[in-house]
Amino acid sequence: MTDHDQPTGFDAERRRTLGCLAGWTGAAIVWTVAGGVPRALAASSSGGGAAAASNAFTFVQISDTHIGFHKDANTDIVGGFRRAAGDINALAQRPALVVHTGDVSHLSKPEEFGQAKELLQEIRVDRVHTVPGEHDALDDGLAGYLKNFDHDGRNRAWYSFDQSGVHFVGLSNVLNFKLGTMTSLGDEQLAWLKQDLAHVSHSTPVVVLAHIPLWTVYAPWGWGTADADQALALLRPYGSVTVLNGHIHQVLQKVEGNIALHTAMSLAYPLPTPGQEGIGEPGPVKVPAGELGKLLGTRQLTVVRGKHELALVDTPIDHA
Amino acid sequence: MTTCPIHAAASRRALTCLLAGVLVALASGAGAVETPTIAVEKFAFAPKEISVLPGTKVTWINHDETPHAISAADKGFVSKAMDTDDRFEYTFTTEGDFAYFCTLHPFMTGIVHVHK
Repeated sequence: MTDHDQPTGFDAERRRTLGCLAGWTGAAIVWTVAGGVPRALAASSSGGGAAAASNAFTFVQISDTHIGFHKDANTDIVGGFRRAAGDINALAQRPALVVHTGDVSHLSKPEEFGQAKELLQEIRVDRVHTVPGEHDALDDGLAGYLKNFDHDGRNRAWYSFDQSGVHFVGLSNVLNFKLGTMTSLGDEQLAWLKQDLAHVSHSTPVVVLAHIPLWTVYAPWGWGTADADQALALLRPYGSVTVLNGHIHQVLQKVEGNIALHTAMSLAYPLPTPGQEGIGEPGPVKVPAGELGKLLGTRQLTVVRGKHELALVDTPIDHA
Repeated sequence: MTTCPIHAAASRRALTCLLAGVLVALASGAGAVETPTIAVEKFAFAPKEISVLPGTKVTWINHDETPHAISAADKGFVSKAMDTDDRFEYTFTTEGDFAYFCTLHPFMTGIVHVHK
């Protein structure tokens, strides 16, 4: 693991990567990790992302693709996905990787996972890392998901990897549903996380991927993780922690000390704001034609050495 | 049970029988109560609570655009994921109070009371 406190920063390749941030117009949030702190840069309609330092690398977050969904709220999931993929492919600087924060499929059907895998291959990027959503864990648990998205060959849904001096952790919080409570990570996974982080220096920027938010966004709808505090306690000693979540199909954020938590837009359909008046339940929201593309999107992130926060750019698939 | 005789000299047994029938009728919202139906709608079960006799088959129907799945609190019965208009049926053969929930949205809860 590279020590992000080193003043030398990233290499020339990363410098080149940074240059292309300015050309970002995609329907994604662009994460920038610089100095160990990811920041999200809001992509503008003119395509000008926030200026990224020359010692940074970028990656892209997509979420909640729900491949297989064909209902009124969005009858062209695949078309929307391809627009997002086109935007990512048009980035002036190719992202180091794409992360997908869950609900890859809508009903965990083999054909949905298969189609999702093919669609993800249309994004010209070296690596795509996923974590499962509860829609990926129907009927047979994560068996179908792991047939297609077993990232480290261990047949389990949590894993870690290092990229450009950043430690990435993928978690699963979609299997432990109990009556009347929020979901949880579970003791086995928390023990693994503790063991995994034991080998990571506190100066290393950490990016955590999990589908359901690791903070309580809205308990009456189950928008939270009951034992998230135990995971965050393990992450608190780190100088830069960025938690990327999906599930709620909208951008929200919370900062706790060095830990920044962000939810992302979906590429499938919008959901109401937490407890939104007049709606009452967290089902797909039907919006007038022309509005949908403004509510779906992607995120580009840039990691800049020496800065605690990643630069994020959230970009709707409808953009100038 | 809904055909229990009713007359002025109703025995205790007949009265019990009648009450059970009324409960089932209330639960299903209909006069014929052989197979009460629970609507899964707007992320809730309607009715949320029903009382039935042992041997009653209960049917859940999903009216939402979002899939749901039914599971007893103790996993005694579990449905597959139910997409829009999908049904799940379960016959309650033993007495008891069976709390259940949606395994995708565990804040959705209901209970089936099964008593003679």
